[in-house]
Amino acid sequence: MSAAEDVVTEAPAVEAVPKRAMTLGTGTSLVVLAALLIAPVFVKNFIIFQMTMLLIYGLAVLALNILTGGSGQFSLGQSAFYAVGAYTTAVLMEHFNINYALTLPIAGVVCFGFGFLFGQPALRLSGVYLALATFALATAMPQLLKLNFLEHWTGGVQGLVVTKPDAPFGLPMSQDMWLYYFTLVVVIAIYIFSVNLLRSRSGRAFMAIRDNEIAASAMGVDVALYKTLAFGVSAAITGIAGSLGAIAVQFVAPDSYTITLAISLFLGMVVGGVGWLPGSIIGAAFIIFVPNMAEGISKGLSGAVFGVLLFLVIYLVPHGARQVAILGQQLAGKLRKN
Amino acid sequence: MELFTNQVLAGIATGAIYACMALAVVMIYQAIDHLNFAQGEMAMFSTFISWQLMQWGIPYWAAFIVTLALSFVAGIAIERILFKPLAKAPVLTNVAGFIALFAIINSSAGLIWDFTIKQYPTPFGSAPFLGSQLISTHQAGMIGVTVLLLLGLYFFFQYTRIGLAMRAAASVPESARLVGINTSWMIALGWGMATAIGAIAGMLIAPVVFLEPNMMGGVLIYGFAAAVLGGLTSPFGAVVGGFLVGIFENLAGTYIPGVGNELKLPIALALIISVLVVKPAGLFGRHIVKRV
Repeated sequence: MSAAEDVVTEAPAVEAVPKRAMTLGTGTSLVVLAALLIAPVFVKNFIIFQMTMLLIYGLAVLALNILTGGSGQFSLGQSAFYAVGAYTTAVLMEHFNINYALTLPIAGVVCFGFGFLFGQPALRLSGVYLALATFALATAMPQLLKLNFLEHWTGGVQGLVVTKPDAPFGLPMSQDMWLYYFTLVVVIAIYIFSVNLLRSRSGRAFMAIRDNEIAASAMGVDVALYKTLAFGVSAAITGIAGSLGAIAVQFVAPDSYTITLAISLFLGMVVGGVGWLPGSIIGAAFIIFVPNMAEGISKGLSGAVFGVLLFLVIYLVPHGARQVAILGQQLAGKLRKN
Repeated sequence: MELFTNQVLAGIATGAIYACMALAVVMIYQAIDHLNFAQGEMAMFSTFISWQLMQWGIPYWAAFIVTLALSFVAGIAIERILFKPLAKAPVLTNVAGFIALFAIINSSAGLIWDFTIKQYPTPFGSAPFLGSQLISTHQAGMIGVTVLLLLGLYFFFQYTRIGLAMRAAASVPESARLVGINTSWMIALGWGMATAIGAIAGMLIAPVVFLEPNMMGGVLIYGFAAAVLGGLTSPFGAVVGGFLVGIFENLAGTYIPGVGNELKLPIALALIISVLVVKPAGLFGRHIVKRV
């Protein structure tokens, strides 16, 4: 065995995204915000519910985006963190009668701990190994939730029913509409937090690790700490998304959180553009509405449609929605000049 | 003691299947440095094809051979059409590609053959093997076919020109190209062989886990565990890992209280993570040194 065959020059696992390209400009942000605020007034309750789910999945995709687009680590196991968040909320609400709003930070803390601990061994892994470990985590999660000795708390295979909260202070709003605005506030708060996180010292450390781990450690970045931190933050946000999801769907069961969910979230990130935070919501729209349409045509078709579209995205627009947005901007610029 | 022997033998039988899956995963990993997350689904699809052939009245062994040939061609086609263009893409893009393939195959199998669970025949029967109560003929058959396969592969890689060329292309692609080996087609050939090996694993395990689109989920995770245990860079290690993992799984299920079928997947998870933490290169893998 010669020395040459063992030496590998490793290309970065994720293509570098400049920090400025990660967010939207102020003007666009305000327009999107206004649209999100006004829209529910004009639509039916079922559509409001779907918009709530859109925000929730958007949040989960955002969490994965911080992990992969920010720190360059993979996870095919986001469904596990989502499940832990959902179950934390369901158990706290149904067994301890804790207010739904208070369960969110608790779920966040629990998932942060879980993600941080899972990140410890994952630290030593990179690229495909990390994808493998998280893939195994996502596959094993439903079985862990079905465990006998947890059944008293988790309800086993049956799952738990969660009560939907009413609008507080006697506000004249349907439950769905209240939940939508509640979710919107949480999502906006976390979005602002994430943008600031990526602009902070920690965010720069994440990106330095993503682009070149050895160079980052040479510059004095504590690689081990920041890698686990990225895992923890991502898990915490995913957990909060899971909590909101449990409240919105009013039900948690082990088989809602299979590898399929993890794959969907991963797909949402790729479609939205890795490292482009606003793309998360576009990715979420994709993973919610495309299966609905596909199942409308034929049962079981959604996986095939997902897969084919994913291939199209990685061949044609490898940077996902971000690339489309940039192309659109350039086109608009050209039209204006003419 | 009889229980112990029984469980070890049963472990070797399922281990044979894990060894095949791990070998398939490692062959592709060696060729392109990526884990094929769709390996299990590809094996499942091959198994469905053989089932369909048998439904059309073709005898078992004829269907077996035809399925192997079809899988081989399909594996090459998948590499040529879908993954060759991604050779220079970042890891993330490749993972996305494998996930896409996983979704496409899983859902097409459901579309074509339905999600209902089907019986799958065994050519060996399920009587006790040689009159002993320790192992059934199907289990013995699983071990027998796998051993034949492994011997065949060993001779192929050691004593044929093309086997040598494939080894060269996997270990030092640059030099292999310089001596006139078409490394690109060697990769495609590796894909074809890996797909065929996966098909064998699928057809052998189908009588045990029954035929349905999600049948290979657990088997693939154990295949990964085996590959990681043996070392992702070592085909020999993958085979040893497969047998070890099979025996471990059975013994853990028998002797550790509270560990039954319901903890099957978490055990594989724990195994993967502990190997990666304690000995990331696996038992027989070589260490990769990164260039700064």
